[in-house]
Amino acid sequence: MTRPETLRVLIVDDEELARRGLRRDLASDPSIDVVAECPDGFDALRAAAELKPDLMLLDIQMPRLDGFEVLELLDPAIGVIFVTAHDEHAVRAFEVNAVDYLLKPVDPERLRQALGRARGRLARREPMPVAALTSAARPAGVPRDRVLVRDGSRVHVIPVEIIDYVEAQDDYIALHVAGRSHLKQQTIGAMETQLDPARFVRIHRSYLLNVDRLDRIELIAKDSRLAILRDGTRLPLSREGYTRLRAML
Amino acid sequence: MPFVAVGSLLGGLVATLIGLRGGVPWGEALLLGLPLGFLQAVLCLAARYPVRAAPLAAGQLFRVTATHLSAAVVSTVAWVVAGFGLARLLEWTPRYADVSARFLREAPTLALAGVLIFLLAVTAHYLFMALEAAREAEIRGVRARVLAREAELRALRAQIDPHFLYNCLNSIAALTAEDPGGARRMCLLMADFLRRSLTLGRREHVPLGDELSLVRDYLAIETIRFGPRLTVVETVEEICLDCPVPPLLLQPLVENAVRHGIAQIVEGGSIRIAALRDPEGVVITVDNPRNEERAGGRGAGLGLENVRERLQALHGDRARLDVASTSAGYQVRILIPWSGQVSPGAALEVNGEVPNDTA
Repeated sequence: MTRPETLRVLIVDDEELARRGLRRDLASDPSIDVVAECPDGFDALRAAAELKPDLMLLDIQMPRLDGFEVLELLDPAIGVIFVTAHDEHAVRAFEVNAVDYLLKPVDPERLRQALGRARGRLARREPMPVAALTSAARPAGVPRDRVLVRDGSRVHVIPVEIIDYVEAQDDYIALHVAGRSHLKQQTIGAMETQLDPARFVRIHRSYLLNVDRLDRIELIAKDSRLAILRDGTRLPLSREGYTRLRAML
Repeated sequence: MPFVAVGSLLGGLVATLIGLRGGVPWGEALLLGLPLGFLQAVLCLAARYPVRAAPLAAGQLFRVTATHLSAAVVSTVAWVVAGFGLARLLEWTPRYADVSARFLREAPTLALAGVLIFLLAVTAHYLFMALEAAREAEIRGVRARVLAREAELRALRAQIDPHFLYNCLNSIAALTAEDPGGARRMCLLMADFLRRSLTLGRREHVPLGDELSLVRDYLAIETIRFGPRLTVVETVEEICLDCPVPPLLLQPLVENAVRHGIAQIVEGGSIRIAALRDPEGVVITVDNPRNEERAGGRGAGLGLENVRERLQALHGDRARLDVASTSAGYQVRILIPWSGQVSPGAALEVNGEVPNDTA
């Protein structure tokens, strides 16, 4: 039997006792190297970028960024095992997407098994189903109140109410906020399902509009219209988009 | 089935009576007696209506007696008349020529027996009704106890956040290896807290001082979990400690302050609890800082609604609950109407942080 390769692990939990408990459980395994402990999501992302761990043990309920938000912004090469005390939505999302998770208090035996499976997934370079997981983990009917965008090593937290419109750009979306735009790797369809449908309307295959920003609709030819925003921006309006917008106004 | 049995029995009785005493031949006696017996059984069953109409109650003796005696007389007269009619019918056949005359001779005895049987039936109905009432009362009592218990459990479940319990267990698990004394202390604190919330939850209202003790138990546990991130500042006027409040009034508010306030801030902060005398009663406030990035915080509404309802139930519209929310902090302010006397020398008691080693 070959000796397993060293697994470099990052522990992320806002409670110090919880971190100490995990570290102690991991200490008995010589093939595991705990590279750092982080008390919140931002710290975790920073440490992940600097230390390039193989695996993250990630608490869900944390200040500033929760576990799912961290996952969304995390380098997909890094494996994640979620750790949670009690979160029915999260647990259902894990079950549905066959994602490994641990319940607190953490059973050392279950931790050992989860680490074994994580090694396997890392060796096979299996990606996490990030998009499916983040939308499944949100309680049904509760829209996002903010969007996180990664910009190099920085993370922008954008409250949804300041977004003017969202534009599809291949595999990315551009969030337009007061004349600036932030790129995020996500499809416009996925974003549409996460935003409040009473605020954001899909006016075109490539555009999702914050209706608060609409100034007027202009007819430029038969069956061809433009949405004019308060700041003067002109966005194309598809026929379905026009119907949806009319239904809302 | 019991009806047929009673009917046959009464029929046999009547037949024996007219057969033996009146010298009526057995055939005739049975032909007359059985229908009369069944008729009497029907009358006995019908006795339940006067019984329902005149329930046994103190001071109702005359009414009860009059009701049943008149019912007995009326039904017995009808019964005897029916018997006489039947006898006359039988006379249509030549074999039973003078049966009605012989029946008439026995009529007084029959009437007496009829009244007695009817009154016996009345007694039986009263007995049955009393038994039924006792059983119903018992069932109602059990149901009420079950409902009360359910309400208590529901209240407890609503009060104690499962997230809190699991996190506590996790802290204990972590402490067992490195600090067995600490783990033990945490177990004791949790036992105290759970026991106290169960006991308080059963009562309709509790002195504010008891509720504050519960809150202190809770915060002592959270202080172990959150370490230096959580500090508590308590400002309580001693006189307020006797003010009656609904049990588990402050605990959910303080739990919210931890969950939506302190737990959302990396550096943590202070929860401020105050209870001060006011001309209208006692004003209790719970303040917590909040994470400005997360100012849209959700989820506190349901617990607050519950607190508001219970205040309303105990004090009506004179109680108030106000929420002041800024991007940096959150305050819940409760006014409880109370006219408790201000004792001389009531001092302002200001506590600092809740010490880590409360146990």
